Amino acid sequence: MNTLPRWVEILLIPLINLSLALCVAGVVIALVGEDPIRALSVMLKGAFVFSGGLGYTLYYTTNFIFTGLAVAVAFHAMLFNIGGEGQTTLGGLGVALICLALGGVLPGGVVILFAIAGAAAFGALWALIPGWLQAYRGSHIVITTIMFNFIAAGLMVWLLSGILRGGNQGSPQTNVFAEETWLPRLHEIVRGLGFDAASSPLNLSFVLALLACVGVWLLIWRTKFGYNLRALGHAPDAAASAGVAVPRMVVIAMAISGALAGCMALNEILGVQHKLVLNFSAGYGFTGIAVALMGRNHPVGIVMASLLFGALYQGGTELDFEFTSITREMVLVVQGLIILFSGALAYMITPWLIRIFAKGATRA
Amino acid sequence: MADVEGAAVPAVRLRQISKSFGAVRANDQIDLDIAPGTIHGIIGENGAGKSTLVSILYGFYTADSGTIEIDGELARIDKPADAIARGIGMVHQHFMLVPTFTVLENVMLGAEGGALLAQGAADVRAELLRLEQEHGLEVDPNALTGDLPVGLQQRVEILKALRRGARILILDEPTGVLTPAETEAMFAILRALRDSGVTILLITHKLGEVMAICDAVSVMRQGRMVGQRVPAQTSREELAELMVGRQVTLDAQPTEARPGAATLSVRDLSWRDANGAPRLRDVSLVLRAGEILGLAGVSGNGQSELLDVLAGLAPVQQGQIELAGRIIDATHPADPADMRQLGLAHVPEDRHRRALVLPFEARENAVLGYPKRLGSGPWARPTTMTEIAQPLMQGFDVRPPNPKLAARGFSGGNQQKLVLAREISAKPKVLLVGQPTRGVDIGAIEFIHAQLNAMKAEGCAILLVSVELDEIRGLSDRVAVMNAGAIVGTLDRQDATVQRLGLMMAGQAA
Repeated sequence: MNTLPRWVEILLIPLINLSLALCVAGVVIALVGEDPIRALSVMLKGAFVFSGGLGYTLYYTTNFIFTGLAVAVAFHAMLFNIGGEGQTTLGGLGVALICLALGGVLPGGVVILFAIAGAAAFGALWALIPGWLQAYRGSHIVITTIMFNFIAAGLMVWLLSGILRGGNQGSPQTNVFAEETWLPRLHEIVRGLGFDAASSPLNLSFVLALLACVGVWLLIWRTKFGYNLRALGHAPDAAASAGVAVPRMVVIAMAISGALAGCMALNEILGVQHKLVLNFSAGYGFTGIAVALMGRNHPVGIVMASLLFGALYQGGTELDFEFTSITREMVLVVQGLIILFSGALAYMITPWLIRIFAKGATRA
Repeated sequence: MADVEGAAVPAVRLRQISKSFGAVRANDQIDLDIAPGTIHGIIGENGAGKSTLVSILYGFYTADSGTIEIDGELARIDKPADAIARGIGMVHQHFMLVPTFTVLENVMLGAEGGALLAQGAADVRAELLRLEQEHGLEVDPNALTGDLPVGLQQRVEILKALRRGARILILDEPTGVLTPAETEAMFAILRALRDSGVTILLITHKLGEVMAICDAVSVMRQGRMVGQRVPAQTSREELAELMVGRQVTLDAQPTEARPGAATLSVRDLSWRDANGAPRLRDVSLVLRAGEILGLAGVSGNGQSELLDVLAGLAPVQQGQIELAGRIIDATHPADPADMRQLGLAHVPEDRHRRALVLPFEARENAVLGYPKRLGSGPWARPTTMTEIAQPLMQGFDVRPPNPKLAARGFSGGNQQKLVLAREISAKPKVLLVGQPTRGVDIGAIEFIHAQLNAMKAEGCAILLVSVELDEIRGLSDRVAVMNAGAIVGTLDRQDATVQRLGLMMAGQAA
């Protein structure tokens, strides 16, 4: 009755939303006296063309893929996981504990495998507690996951200013991990193969993120577990009637979601920082909500949306360099506009489109 | 169409009303005249366009084309407020009442008259008294609405409409939740309202009611008005044929029963809801192989809770269930998956919420609750689902036979056929069926009844819960009646007359 063709939902609506956001951003840029078209071209070049730009873009993209997937998995079970920040933070703690304890003791590759498991396990644990509280005690997941973000942040300050602070560190951070546990940078691998590549923080976790996409797709759409998860999300009563153990399912779904969010730490901590620092989650957990929404909770959509946000981050940095009157804060405004239009206002234009397409159908 | 030339100006006159939703023509050039001071029935199957038509009249939808005249005057009705201003009132199938408000507060809602409540409340109280005396609509204005029986809640809805000056009253499936006695009381009120000049538009799918109370009846089919009849000069069969477009057998045909061994035994089952209110009281019953036990009762008297407990959806708190040699009680619980394992299948009452995942494709719904059909591994392959769904959909004539269509894209009857196909194909020993033909078109009802009889012939023990007495009486070998969570009594088929069942549903022992 009021449905739109698939291509409209998947392609046209995000494109229109993006264009609207860019138009408003263009107005803002024009207001500060710069040329919006030139700004756009600088952003695009900065994100994809300039030396190392693409590497940086994909490095940001990796973060968004993990947090976007995390939100999406929970959302398929109709759970709104807003705790990506905290779960990522805990994931970082897992990575750090493994690397500090085992780095130099075991071979680097083995430690990396353990670190991946640690990131996932700690992230899962941090989401599992709110999941359990929702499933068995009725505490609302939105409230508890938000609160857990604060608890995670507090916990990290306490640990990093206390027992985890590195002996020769003057600031709240751990010692640097043993070098053989660092995730290989992709430009080094490419250079190793004999090609030229600009330096960037892009590392192996990008590949892990893409693998996670495939894994999530298989899990959600090709396994009995995913089938039950989606049934639960669409119709909890029907799922219960069908024999799905709903509370257990809620806990498991949250754990998987948290594990994915925790894996974002692989990129930031194991791939780039090589030590645990404060606030490395840097809002990626929240932006993951917009990514999942824009990507319609599908891994392919999430990769595309992550690429967009990655390009925005990187291109935005370039804007900051290029124009004197465009500051870092200005770039945040542009990013905020895109999140606003493609996230919060995602369905603003649908009623109009439905009307347009309904008219077209009657005429046909 | 009746000739209205020379007669009184019709209270409602619709001309050439059309309304499309996308490619679907819900209403196609509808003409309708409703004489003032009459009870006019509109009947039709689900999806025939009845609801769309009255929604247009009440301003929920605007027609694509066509005109509405109220009392001979061209009316533009774009929103419910326009309809109310024209003296049109509507009583919805699902009541629009605030359960925690008193009757007075509910009647006042939306027409408080001023910023302070006291004056408005006094006015409404006086008005209620007047309406009560005029039409015999007795309700205690201070009673909490949620505590009232449904029959009285419906009265509150009617009072709400009348208080806003309704002279044309639309009632959408008003008797779905009423006992036979409550229905009679409601009809008496409707007749009194008619005699005082109110015009009543009755939307229903129950042919018996139309015959009993309407002065004229219009029949809709697939968005068109296909005929108008005067009940005295027609028959249920003719009306049914007009509705469906072909001859149909109206009543389920009883078949020979050869009851075998007891398959499901329920002993002294009691159950309280989350608020501690008793919903089941010492329910005992035995279900034998090869019989259909009908469970009659006004909805809300414990039938749904009994189904939930038997299906494993609600835990046994007190008493026990014996199924396939296994005892299920408070210390030996069983979840829905366990019950299925023991050979119990369940067609839930609430199809949209419980039996189907509406956004899922038909093939995905075909395995809901039966993960083993997909094989033993962790995978759920869409191709396997198609292979499972296709024969089910063909065998049960689910139309369109497209396994990739989302469940919400099927009509009510075809959704129910899909659910039945899924449950029956598990070859259950016990089949729980809740409201099997609710929201199902007449054509599919026949088919579903035949399937239930076929299951019975194969030795399945069937528990049939339905608020449709005709259905219970047409299919059941024995009828148990529930009232206030207890089984009032059990009658054999030949003793289960409407009168006796009606008395028992109201709580009188057999």
